[in-house]
Amino acid sequence: MEAPKFVWEGAIPLQIHLHESQVTTLPPPPPALILAPRIGYLPLLAPLIKPYFSSTLPPGVDTIWFDYNGLPLKWYIPTGVLFDLLCPEPERPWNITVHFRGYPGSVLIPCEGEDSVKWSFINSLKEAAYIMNGNCKNVMNMSQSDQLELWHSVMNGNLEAYQRVSSKLKLATVDDEYASLCLQKSQQSVIETDLPAQAKTGRVPVRLYVLSVSKDFDDLDEIPRVDSWEKISYINRPVEIRKEGKQCFLCKQQTCNWQLCMWRNELDADSQLLYFPCSILCSSKLDTLNLILFLLHPILNFIIFICLLCYMHCSFFADKCFTLHDALKILLPELFLDESLMNVKLGGVDLEDAVRNSNEDVTSDKVVEDQGQNACKRPEACRISSSAEIKLIRIQGIEPKLEIPFSWVANNLLNPDYFLHVCVCVKVAQ
Amino acid sequence: MDVLHWDGTLSAKDFRIGAFAFAQKWESCNLAFPPWSWLPCPKHPWLAPPEEEGYLSLEKICISRPNEEEDIDQISQIDTGEEETCCSRNEDILDDATLVQSNHHELHYCDFHIVYSSTFRVPVLYFRAYCSDGRPLPLDEIEKELPACASKELSKKWTFITQEEHPYLKRPWYKLHPCGTAEWMKLLFLSDTANPKFEVVLELYLLSWFSVVGQVFGLRISFKISN
Repeated sequence: MEAPKFVWEGAIPLQIHLHESQVTTLPPPPPALILAPRIGYLPLLAPLIKPYFSSTLPPGVDTIWFDYNGLPLKWYIPTGVLFDLLCPEPERPWNITVHFRGYPGSVLIPCEGEDSVKWSFINSLKEAAYIMNGNCKNVMNMSQSDQLELWHSVMNGNLEAYQRVSSKLKLATVDDEYASLCLQKSQQSVIETDLPAQAKTGRVPVRLYVLSVSKDFDDLDEIPRVDSWEKISYINRPVEIRKEGKQCFLCKQQTCNWQLCMWRNELDADSQLLYFPCSILCSSKLDTLNLILFLLHPILNFIIFICLLCYMHCSFFADKCFTLHDALKILLPELFLDESLMNVKLGGVDLEDAVRNSNEDVTSDKVVEDQGQNACKRPEACRISSSAEIKLIRIQGIEPKLEIPFSWVANNLLNPDYFLHVCVCVKVAQ
Repeated sequence: MDVLHWDGTLSAKDFRIGAFAFAQKWESCNLAFPPWSWLPCPKHPWLAPPEEEGYLSLEKICISRPNEEEDIDQISQIDTGEEETCCSRNEDILDDATLVQSNHHELHYCDFHIVYSSTFRVPVLYFRAYCSDGRPLPLDEIEKELPACASKELSKKWTFITQEEHPYLKRPWYKLHPCGTAEWMKLLFLSDTANPKFEVVLELYLLSWFSVVGQVFGLRISFKISN
């Protein structure tokens, strides 16, 4: 259960500037530094930000909203996802602008404070429940007090309370092939394992965000800034975990234990860092040490996560598991139509050799069928797909290897609304 | 597929087939309304399988109530381009164009989109309303325009309105929440004693569905079309 803890403790250091049109005092107020939870939503920061800027605001009614380089930030997307999506090269602290006037109602859904955010969250949860269970009765029939407790746990980042209440929803998560392996490994020394058939639907709620870039780049900081939501498409799409083979393999028994040890060491290191930077830090009183630690905290988290995932990667011959790569094939079928022809590079790994014969490899007849359709009806789509290339995948701030079992990703990197938010950057040649 | 064991949902492909069947039936029988048009979504084609890329659209439908006392079931009229047509029956001698306080008589329009939800695997009705000058209407004002029977429908748990982003246009629209749709669609077809084949269900699916959700807006499907 350590990974969800990291996700819940993950935070983006924000440096929030008040938009110049709303500055009525001289000198203008210094930016506010604030640590925003990854799983949170921007309007929830209002109680911290508003008092800080209130003395300089012009008179009138306040409606809070944020922009990044002029792009209005959609408040119903979790803060961590906004950061992963709009900052491919992580900018720390993240410089965003706050507005209290001139709400862009044609682009953003109106937000009337915490209540709007809560209902947006509940609706999202409902949708996820429907995907996982085939109905959303458990969410609909939640008692008022449970609903409130669940919401407060998300707002306050209280994972324990969240797990207590959300367990009542009986949202069947998929079996974690990795976890069951570790368990079995510690009990017996058989390499092949049969995962028992389960009644779970195996459907994972995924919200996929695709940033399209027309120019090729080598470094992340060359990705042009997103100036319009037109450049980003996002959809909700269930991914069904298909079990072709029943077994996963571990190469060495030690690897597993090793990893568990590593988790524990990280926890100790991390807990020391976690105590102090939990609320607003006004820049004037911040001493240098705090600032350094404040800025380092998410970076450390990030590095630790990457290390862990590298180890995970090493420990698997994941060809029999339903991997993240398999999931992406379902989510973005047209990008994987003919892997032998196109050059799919992911996280620096060249997959060109991985699949030579797409007809044999595609996981379902449907994909083959689509391919056929494309060939005759949509030549332009083929052209696009053969020149499109996935450049970057980011989930909860990390760039997971494609060989990771998707069940691990689904169980550990999901947001409190039970959706797995996946950010993908695709390069499209024009 | 056996309709008895059917769960009331559609695949993306079925939706497209059903949508075309619905639009065709609508056009051939429902002369009072403009036709639905299928809008393909060419943007970012690799995101969705091709058969799914599109939605049905019916725009600029006048939803203004001609008169508060008017029979609530007959409020919907087509906008033929001349804005007076909606009200002219009852107010042909009254020209209130310059009266500021006559909010009741200002014409309001609605755009309807039928979009497939891959989560709920059913059609979802998205809509937005605006005045003749293009100013968007907030939900409480839209609700004032809806027939009285709509509030009855909306008070039931299975059709409530939420404001969400239009899945293709990415702008704030309203939608009738689809989480109960599959269930009542299944009941609707199971109650049919004829026990139709799935192909027939597919053909009638959107029509049956719209005969329910359309009521919220007083959009009634004529008897002719539903036969």
